[in-house]
Amino acid sequence: MTEPSKYQGSEIQSVTDHSLDIRNLTKEYTRGVPVLQSVSVSIEANGITAIIGPSGTGKSTLIRCINRLIDPTEGDILFRGKNLAKLYGRELRFARRHIGMVFQEYNLVERLSVMENVLSGRLGYVSAWRAWMRKFSAGDIERAFSILEQVGMADFANQRADALSGGQRQRVSIARALMQSPALLLADEPTSSLDPRTSVEILELMTNQAKNLEIPVMINIHDVSLAQRFADRVLGMANGKIVFDGSPSELNEEHLKTIYGGQGWMS
Amino acid sequence: MRTGTFSTSGTYTPQRNWYALVGWLSLLVYLAYITSLFDLDFDRFISGLDNGSKFLGRMFPPNFTRYELLMEGLFESLQIGVIATFLGVLISLPMGFLAARNLMPPWVTWCARGVIVLCRSFHPVIVAILFVKAVGFGALAGVMALTVASVGFIAKLFAESIEEISLKQIEAVRATGASFPNVILIGVFPQVMGRFTGFISYQLDSNLRNSTMVGLVGAGGIGGTLFAAFQRFDYDFVSAILISIIAVILAGEGVNNIMRRIYR
Repeated sequence: MTEPSKYQGSEIQSVTDHSLDIRNLTKEYTRGVPVLQSVSVSIEANGITAIIGPSGTGKSTLIRCINRLIDPTEGDILFRGKNLAKLYGRELRFARRHIGMVFQEYNLVERLSVMENVLSGRLGYVSAWRAWMRKFSAGDIERAFSILEQVGMADFANQRADALSGGQRQRVSIARALMQSPALLLADEPTSSLDPRTSVEILELMTNQAKNLEIPVMINIHDVSLAQRFADRVLGMANGKIVFDGSPSELNEEHLKTIYGGQGWMS
Repeated sequence: MRTGTFSTSGTYTPQRNWYALVGWLSLLVYLAYITSLFDLDFDRFISGLDNGSKFLGRMFPPNFTRYELLMEGLFESLQIGVIATFLGVLISLPMGFLAARNLMPPWVTWCARGVIVLCRSFHPVIVAILFVKAVGFGALAGVMALTVASVGFIAKLFAESIEEISLKQIEAVRATGASFPNVILIGVFPQVMGRFTGFISYQLDSNLRNSTMVGLVGAGGIGGTLFAAFQRFDYDFVSAILISIIAVILAGEGVNNIMRRIYR
């Protein structure tokens, strides 16, 4: 007995609109213990949104609910004329094709080459036979090379992913996401496994690419200063709720106290 | 003063697992008991040695005069082993995926695991007897028996190695909108191919050895010839057969090594 969502119909945005509308999103892994508590937020059609907050507060869950790597318990996620929260099967896969994702631990298929990893961004479009034979279209291969060029990994196309360093892997993972021609880019702690300098380079690459494509980006990030440096908007989460929503410059120590709790850790 | 420092630092008592100790001791007692039941005395061993040396003496020199019979049986065994491995792998691949608990819902894995356990429950020779009764004497029964044995063994290993793969890589492939077959092909296969070829070459080795044995119950191959030679006390022919089997197994080992090197 699921009620039809009250947001379906005329109110829904058009396909060309890349804005994201999350309404009353709740996720309970265990019944009665919500990790996300009725989160509502609208993300504009472009711009970088950083989500900060302590570990275990639901940042990853929020990001993963959007492309449905995790199924939300309740709520709606409106994107390009579809309610992502209610999709399943083929329709869900078609929606995922337009959502790129970058992970904390890169999540490349280690035993495949860089090129194969980048081309896997097209897996939503190719048949199993073509995937098995690695018969990607000439256009896809050409684009993959040009994207690898853009992320600075063109020389590594034929190397195996497990031969790369962390920063190089994250570049390939960004290339894979770009290969999807995404309408939305999600990033779950993309810099947490990287050194400070590489972190900045990766964030620069990601945000520049997103600006070129004019698509919105949502980044979970632990480093508050990096969030302030790269984001147009900062969401602060605590206990499964959004407790701060504003521009990076508005974020002050009081806000950080509400988000992370206490103040002993600040110096 | 001294005792005071002791009490603050606490005392350390090594943990003894008394249950395990009792378990080992009972095992020893049981072993001693069952050994006493059998008549394992030394004199019998000595007289046995004498018998054995006579037997070994009659095995030399090996007699290869009936090489046509030998080669026929040997090739049949080889074919049984290779075909059974091929069919076993063909069935085990889907079975392994169906039995992997990280990819399939519980009711599917339970069914698949049930079939796999059933396949592994009986020794190949017992399965061979069943198939000889069902389809008659000959290589077909041997192929079927060893196919069943292969499924029981490698489907389980396939399932286990699929269960150990990194789900992070799968998650990323799923996130691109890939269909389930594509997730398997690009996300799962590259992670398990290396180990799969290892299992397959191991099973080939095992099937080559077992294929020489199913003949004992009439399921084709060199085993039948070997059994007949034993019963007619043609020990020199027996030794010729045994030497040939060793040669085949060694050749199989060489093929295995090459396979492993290719799929590293």
